[in-house]
Amino acid sequence: MHMDIIDLRSLFTVLAFVSFVGIVWWAWSSGREEAFSEAARIPMDDDDRPAAARGGSKTEE
Amino acid sequence: MGDGVMQETYNYKVVRQFAVMAVVWGIVGMAMGVFIAAQLVWPDMTYGIEWLSYGRLRPLHTNAVIFAFGGCALFATSYYVVQRTCHARLFNDGLAAFTFWGWQAVIVAAAISLPMGYTSGKEYAELEWPIDILIAVVWVCYALTFFGTVIKRKTPHIYVANWFFGAFILTVALLHIVNSMAMPAGPFKSYSAYAGVQDAMIQWWYGHNAVGFFLTAGFLGMMYYFVPKQTNRPVYSYRLSVVHFWGLIFTYMWAGPHHLHYTALPDWTQSLGMVFSLILLAPSWGGMVNGIMTLSGAWDKLRTDPILKFLVTSLSFYGMSTFEGPMMAIKSVNALSHYTDWTVGHVHSGALGWVAMVSIGSLYYLIPRMFGRQEMWSVRLINVHFWLATLGVVLYIAAMWVAGVSEGLMWRATNPDGTLTYSFAEAVKATYPFLFIRFLGGLLYVSGMLLMAYNVYRTATARDARVYNDAPIPAAALAHA
Repeated sequence: MHMDIIDLRSLFTVLAFVSFVGIVWWAWSSGREEAFSEAARIPMDDDDRPAAARGGSKTEE
Repeated sequence: MGDGVMQETYNYKVVRQFAVMAVVWGIVGMAMGVFIAAQLVWPDMTYGIEWLSYGRLRPLHTNAVIFAFGGCALFATSYYVVQRTCHARLFNDGLAAFTFWGWQAVIVAAAISLPMGYTSGKEYAELEWPIDILIAVVWVCYALTFFGTVIKRKTPHIYVANWFFGAFILTVALLHIVNSMAMPAGPFKSYSAYAGVQDAMIQWWYGHNAVGFFLTAGFLGMMYYFVPKQTNRPVYSYRLSVVHFWGLIFTYMWAGPHHLHYTALPDWTQSLGMVFSLILLAPSWGGMVNGIMTLSGAWDKLRTDPILKFLVTSLSFYGMSTFEGPMMAIKSVNALSHYTDWTVGHVHSGALGWVAMVSIGSLYYLIPRMFGRQEMWSVRLINVHFWLATLGVVLYIAAMWVAGVSEGLMWRATNPDGTLTYSFAEAVKATYPFLFIRFLGGLLYVSGMLLMAYNVYRTATARDARVYNDAPIPAAALAHA
């Protein structure tokens, strides 16, 4: 069988589409739920107000 | 480290430098826009002085607002977000400082060379080859600083905002290097490495992905950090944010041909560009919904918090312009809109409404923190700024819609015998009042930026302000690792 550049490009497009569908399936799988909610908390758990605004230097715990 | 003797810190110095310069370059770039808008209303206002001619200042305006204002805002926010969400100081202070000074050097070189008439003639990539090389060097150092910080993170996950910032950094490096390939012909002149329609396609592969990655992905990184922080709620759906990210990555790369409808580009390529532009609506709106729904249950904050007003209005404009864009990419619609002021209106609904507003909101969040303060010197002035900006954008885009559709219809109108109904000058005359309204809209927008600069100045010089070069990394964050 002879494959030319057009076949390779088509194959790449199909692979890209399949991997996108795979990503959607992965993102909605129940196994990711906990890790995602943990990740979503990262900015929320970080108090980035300046020390002065927090009322004194509260940087050491 | 962490032995109690030395407190680990974040690098706030480079964030502050970029944040302040974003405001400065925002004013310069937008004032330049108002200036050339005035030239379209009063064509003789610069007495034919070549350095002030529209053709030379227009690329200066676009470079200044996109790369100087937008660029500095992106550097500032990405450096802040990557540090705060990785609980790690920037990978290398020297590299970070180099990206600041290198980027300012690029901007100054653009501000000198463009009015002098040095240009490679590629839209949004006009700068000549020595400046292109400097951009590439600075960008590689940016990538090293950013990804180096991600690698040394203390958190188990890479927060989604960093994915968007990372994609923006990588893609812009690829786009810039490929599109800027050229053969130098002296220190200030070069010829593109590509020819004919391939050159056009590479230019708009670059051009549209500059919109997709410089002007969208990076600013979505801002959205995914600053909207949750300002509302004090985690992002509405993290899994939607993952799909949003990959959806954009898989589709944006293909949309460029819609800039070349009805040209020498093969027909199938035009149709492919159109179809992928239409598909882009899905991830764009997914992202917008994710940002806006983060406010659910906290809508009341919108009434009192002008920073949130900026952020949420920016998302509304993001939704609007990502609906308008795919629509304009449809070939039959494009036949009417292309080369008219409608396109200019569309770009500014994205640029002023989405990109600038999300940056301004993020900067109002960031700047007081850089000076050790809880909030800006005047929250009321932020509110005035918000209304000036909103009114400015609305005037601008409404005027350009009317002007653009009039132009499109007048250009295509024919008499029964096949001759054109209107001469070109008649269409120009029809747009004249709207060019003036556009000038007013721009003037309102830039006056809002001047208020911002005053507010930043008062914040930085307030009695309780102090320059924050380093901010302590909370011990709890380090212990968590």
